[in-house]
Amino acid sequence: MSLNYIIAMMLFTLGIYCLLFKRNLMKMVIGLQVMTNGLHLFLISLGYREGGIAPILAGKMLERGAAAELAATAVDPIPQALVLTSIVINVCTMALALSLAIYAYRHYGTLNPFRIRRLKG
Amino acid sequence: MMAGMTVIVRTISRLLFPFLFLFGIYIVVHGHLTPGGGFQGGVALAAAVLMLLLAYGMEGAQAKVNALQAELAESLGGLILVFLGLMGIIVSIAFFKNVLPFGSLGQVLSAGNLPVFNLVVGIKVATGLLTIFYAMLRIQGGEE
Amino acid sequence: MRQAAALILVLAIGALLVFTVSAYLLPYGTFPERRIGGFEGESIGKRILQDAPKTTGSANVVTSIVWDYRGYDTLGEATILFTAVCGVAMLFRVTRRRS
Repeated sequence: MSLNYIIAMMLFTLGIYCLLFKRNLMKMVIGLQVMTNGLHLFLISLGYREGGIAPILAGKMLERGAAAELAATAVDPIPQALVLTSIVINVCTMALALSLAIYAYRHYGTLNPFRIRRLKG
Repeated sequence: MMAGMTVIVRTISRLLFPFLFLFGIYIVVHGHLTPGGGFQGGVALAAAVLMLLLAYGMEGAQAKVNALQAELAESLGGLILVFLGLMGIIVSIAFFKNVLPFGSLGQVLSAGNLPVFNLVVGIKVATGLLTIFYAMLRIQGGEE
Repeated sequence: MRQAAALILVLAIGALLVFTVSAYLLPYGTFPERRIGGFEGESIGKRILQDAPKTTGSANVVTSIVWDYRGYDTLGEATILFTAVCGVAMLFRVTRRRS
C-alpha cells in the first residue's frame, strides 16, 4: 500500500487520457511526457529499501575502508542507472517529435491530426 | 530576430555566466565521486550558454560558442568515445574495458577510464543540445 | 457516443492499474520487499554493491554501473543523441533559391 506506486499509475492514466482526447499535436506530446514521468517514478520506487542510504561510498565509510558495509545499508542502484538512460532517450524523442509537429504546421497550416489526415496531395 | 532583454537582465546574466559554467564543469569532472556524471553536467553547461542566448540575442551567444564549433565538437566527441572503446581491444581483451591505472579510492584521478568517458560525453551532450537550439533558430555553421 | 466509450475505457484502465499496484496483486512474481535485507536470494544489485568499489575503482556505484557493467547501453544512448541532433538539423535547414 505504497503511495509512490499509486501516484505513478495515476500519472500514467492521465497521460493516456491526454493522448486520446486532445486534438492538438502539442498537447499530445505533453501527454506523452506525463506518461513517461509516471513510468520513471514507478521504476525508481521499485529499488527503495527502508532506512537505506545512497549507493555512494563517501565520508566515514571511505576512511574506514569498509566497502562490505555498503551492501548492507544501501538502496538498489540498478533502477537508477536504467532511468538515467531512459531520460536521455526521452529528451531526444521529444525533440524530434516537436520538430516534426512544427514542420507539419508549416506545410498544412493546422495542428489538428484529423485534419492533417484528410488533406491529400 | 531575437533582440535581447533590458539592461538589468543583461548585467546579471553576464555576471552569472562564469559561475554556471564552472558548476557544470564540476559536475562533469567529479562524476565518479558524487552524484552526477557526463549527461547531467552537459545539460548544465548547455543551460549556461542558453541563458546568454536569451539575454543578449544571437550575437552574444555566437561570440562564446560558434555554430560551426558546436557541430564539430559534437561529432568529435562521439568519435573519441568509440576510439576509447577500441583502445580496450588493442591493449587488453574486451571492448570498453578499464585499461588506465586505478589509483586510490576517492581521489579525483582514480577509476581508470571513467573520468575520461565522463569528460567526453559531457562535451558531446552540451554541444549537441546547443546545436539543437541553434538549428531551431535558423543559425547555421559552414556553407549551405 | 464514441467519446463516452473512450472515457469508460480510460477509467477502466486506470482503475485496473491502481488496483493491481495497491493490493500487490501482480499476475507473476512479487514486488521486492522494502526492508534492508530485501534482496531475495542472490540478487544482482547486492553483488554489484559488494564488488563495484574494488573491481572498478570508483566510489560512485551508479556511475560504475552506467559505464562499466552496462557500457553498451550508454554507447547506444550516445548514438541516439547524435541521431536526434542530425534529424533536427536536417528538418530546419535553410535553403536559398538561386535565381
